[in-house]
Amino acid sequence: MKKVNFIHLRSKLPFLLLVFLLTFSTTIYSQDNPAGKASAVEVAAPPADAPAVAGGDVAAGESLFKANCAACHKMDAKAVGPALRNVADKYDRDWLYKWIKNSSALIASGDPTAVKIFEANNKTVMTAFPALSNTDIDNILAYTSQPKPEPKVAATSTPADGGQNGSGGASNGLVLGALALIFLLLVIMLFLVTNTLKRIAEANGVVYEEKEKRTPIWKAFVQNQFLVLVFSIFLILAAGYFAYCYMMQVGVDQGYAPVQPIHYSHKIHAGDNQIDCNFCHSSARKSKHSGIPSLNVCMNCHKNIAEVAPETATPEYSKEFYDGEIAKLYKAVGWDAANQKYTGKTEPVKWVRIHNLPDFVYFNHSQHVTVAGIACQTCHGEMQTMEIASQFAPLTMGWCISCHRTTNVNLESNEYYAKIHEELSKKYGVEKLTIAEMGGLECGKCHY
Amino acid sequence: MKTLINIGIAIIASATMVSCFNDKKPNYQYFPNMYAPVGYDTYGEYGVFPNQQEAMTPPEHTVPRGFTPYDYENTTQGLELAKAELKNPYEVTEENLAVGTQLYAIYCAVCHGDKGDGKGILATREKFLGIPSYADPGRNIVPGGIYHVETYGLNAMGSYASQTNEKERWQIAMHVMDLKAALNGEPGLLETSQAGAMADSTKVEMDPAAANTASEMEPK
Repeated sequence: MKKVNFIHLRSKLPFLLLVFLLTFSTTIYSQDNPAGKASAVEVAAPPADAPAVAGGDVAAGESLFKANCAACHKMDAKAVGPALRNVADKYDRDWLYKWIKNSSALIASGDPTAVKIFEANNKTVMTAFPALSNTDIDNILAYTSQPKPEPKVAATSTPADGGQNGSGGASNGLVLGALALIFLLLVIMLFLVTNTLKRIAEANGVVYEEKEKRTPIWKAFVQNQFLVLVFSIFLILAAGYFAYCYMMQVGVDQGYAPVQPIHYSHKIHAGDNQIDCNFCHSSARKSKHSGIPSLNVCMNCHKNIAEVAPETATPEYSKEFYDGEIAKLYKAVGWDAANQKYTGKTEPVKWVRIHNLPDFVYFNHSQHVTVAGIACQTCHGEMQTMEIASQFAPLTMGWCISCHRTTNVNLESNEYYAKIHEELSKKYGVEKLTIAEMGGLECGKCHY
Repeated sequence: MKTLINIGIAIIASATMVSCFNDKKPNYQYFPNMYAPVGYDTYGEYGVFPNQQEAMTPPEHTVPRGFTPYDYENTTQGLELAKAELKNPYEVTEENLAVGTQLYAIYCAVCHGDKGDGKGILATREKFLGIPSYADPGRNIVPGGIYHVETYGLNAMGSYASQTNEKERWQIAMHVMDLKAALNGEPGLLETSQAGAMADSTKVEMDPAAANTASEMEPK
């Protein structure tokens, strides 16, 4: 009963708490994704064995529709051409054959229905499909006569499954929270147990041996001058190290990932769909800036894509969330999706700039992208995997210089400078010249 | 009592440390006097501009330097006319074709496919449907038509005039004709033009009005 193990626990408590808080501090920020927006609404697939309408083959019709018609027509919404669901019921079958095979001829012949449709769709000429047979057209019409699939809430959204599938992040947090609680309870229990044991010991008449009065440890420490000296040197060095580290990151925005006005996912565009970076950032090829694409570039594709596919949705970001972001784009650019027209009412999108060099540094994108042929990922990181864009490189001068020191310049097929390159190679005694050896470290190259 | 104070200090200290890490906000800057430009920043927000937007479209009725007027209208008639009479003003050379190939890979291949068969990644993933092959017999793919569609867009395809300049669009058109020939199993554009030059020494017709190389077509 004399040995009390946890008698010093009380003095260690703050330290334990600090460790505890730091352990869980990172989770505070990992939780602020809109996890709650996840949902499991799925569009039910059309029944595979749907009754064939008017003797047409629905499956064959679907593939024909996707290959020929879907470029301009959607089933339920106006696109370039009108919506096609149940079009077979609206017009005479023979008339439809003629129209699909060669609509221009039908309009030219003065057919009143044809002229009316032509006028109603901004006088856009429909491509002629002379290659389609009557059977093909029957198949397509059988497909367009399918009833609209009802969006149904999938079974996964029931509360029993929801905890497991709905949001992995929330359940993870729950486990961590429970662990933290247990840990806290243990600490409190131990604290109480020691107190109780001590009280029992006192009640039983156990007398703690009076310790001899020794010099307290701090006094012994102060008296040992060598220890004090070593300790202060260590303290100064440590403080200097931390101060240096802190000051060197002032003004460095590595990892900066601001919230953008429209949630644009580089992962979906450049990753999953493999769209080239230069498609949207087209000025990186030939200008100083890798411009932020103007909204007309977005609309080149999103005129047609008003909503994301159900499989694009992730547990973190639901289909509704992404569709809402596309709606934001339509609002900013003034696109009336129902009538497929620009309203002319536009508003600027205030994108938050991430990569920002100070004004006293000159940097040219085309020099790096077109001339040097450096991949965008070298400086911007694996952008195609980022759901939220963030700054990958520190963009400090040391970072620029170290790349200029180590990167060899491609001198092939550069006849004009062949002689000077040869002389430079001789001067430095190297086979391949780095950018630094070609004057890439001169102050005036970037600061003027 | 002392313990309580210790605990309090620990909590406050860790809370402060935690609150300093925020990747949603930019870091502190040390004396940022020369960080921000004196002039208007590209894409900046300033009160003097309409909508406070520095990035603006050029004033109406102005043309950028090196601009070549394009006389065909954005209508079906314009397209037919361009198909009939517009010729590629640039000679078929290896350099032009190489640039065309590169640009095609950036701007066109996502939908139209590397081979021009209409099976690009966006088509195979069913983001865009019904993209025809260049060899589709129902469509008369000729250089003038390609250039016209690149400039104005057609149906679901948008205009690429803001991302490419006049010469680049002709270079892409050249590559598209090359792809069409390959799809049809015909000899490539370079061989045909060389053979043609050998036979009767007639080169691709030069259009003096469109011979300017450094033109930039701005979106409306």
